[in-house]
Amino acid sequence: MDAKNLIACRVAQELEDGNIVNLGIGLPTLIPNYLPAGVNITLQSENGFLGLGPLVGEPLPYLVNAGGTPCGMVPGTAFFDSAMSFAIIRGGHVDVTVLGGLEVDQAGNLANWMVPGKMVPGMGGAMDLVTGARKVIVAMEHATKTGGAKILKRCTLPLTAAGKVSAIVTELAFFRFIDGVLTLTEVGPGVSLDEIRAKTEAEFAISPDCCEMRLPVAAN
Amino acid sequence: MSKASKLISYEQLRPQLRDGMSIMFGGFMGVGTPARIVQEILNAGIKDLTIIGNDTAFAHNGVGLLVANKRVRKVIASHIGTNPETGRQMIAGEIEVELVPQGTLAERIRCGGAGLGGVLTPTGVGTIIEEGKTKLTFDGVDYLVERPLRADLAILQAHRADHLGNLVYLRAARNFNPIMAMAADFVVVEVEQLCEPGEIDPDHVMTPGVLVNALVAAEEK
Repeated sequence: MDAKNLIACRVAQELEDGNIVNLGIGLPTLIPNYLPAGVNITLQSENGFLGLGPLVGEPLPYLVNAGGTPCGMVPGTAFFDSAMSFAIIRGGHVDVTVLGGLEVDQAGNLANWMVPGKMVPGMGGAMDLVTGARKVIVAMEHATKTGGAKILKRCTLPLTAAGKVSAIVTELAFFRFIDGVLTLTEVGPGVSLDEIRAKTEAEFAISPDCCEMRLPVAAN
Repeated sequence: MSKASKLISYEQLRPQLRDGMSIMFGGFMGVGTPARIVQEILNAGIKDLTIIGNDTAFAHNGVGLLVANKRVRKVIASHIGTNPETGRQMIAGEIEVELVPQGTLAERIRCGGAGLGGVLTPTGVGTIIEEGKTKLTFDGVDYLVERPLRADLAILQAHRADHLGNLVYLRAARNFNPIMAMAADFVVVEVEQLCEPGEIDPDHVMTPGVLVNALVAAEEK
């Protein structure tokens, strides 16, 4: 299993039956493939519906996900306008949002929407999602393509939201913010603490219960 | 056709189009954007536009065509990443781009149409979005004061409308359309199916016709 699928698989184990979940584009969209048996979630799509599903058969007109790609819908889907969509997001009606990150820091700050002078796509719905969702999980590869740390003492890029991250899942580590302290709770399969320390700039505590990453048997 | 019909031709829309105007457009990545009205704006040759909407779609569709054809002076949107031309023109200093968090954009437009002076939102607190804005604290929570947005013209897309302008949208094409119907001086809607008043169940109307100034047919006969 590659890094992205491993991360998606681990995040999927965090979701609870009945959760309302918003998944960012890219890696987080792999998560539904790994939901444990008996866990049914409802996906919120910020362009205006609850009930996002995989595309089955021919695309229907005007049925796209928040990336503008044709998708499906499950029985019980509800469509609404953008003000309602973000009332649902900002108002605490989304249980979990999972999104990627360029940088996360030990204060729970997330930066994932721009690199000044290089990449300025805009924040889209990310600022509202990170501000309003009950639980914010950052799912990302542990280091940059050139091996640089992404989990930092302090973010250098413009923030998406301040102090809102609940957990960080990478292929090397699972961190939770426990009483505001970045805490290592699990290490990736076969990963040493030294490797995590070498690739993490942030200061972090180690949970007394820290263990190897909890993955379903089939994933190992 | 009923006597009170709001249906007009694309030619009759022309007097509403002028250089330098602000235009709100419904749609999300082009889905829910009135393609034929966008084409009409291109044909009219107007320029120096301020366009307000969720995103600038792709270079080849939706409102992206206005950017690609250099008709735009300023963009107010939450996302421009899927249309490389918007980013290129922004970095070259040819257009101004104001990026607004998507939920804040929706509320600013809603405020603009609902007679409100602004909205308090926690979104953007502690980020560069708060620069230059008033911050208020209630019950220990910080909020930014976000001001209303309005436009000269709103161009919207609906699946079905009666001649009075009562609208029904289809699936994810609804997005920003209903709130923009409240927030512009002139509101024109491109409609796929036109019907007589009474044919849409009053309980199924998503935007009341009173907000709509004119309808154009997606496929003009």
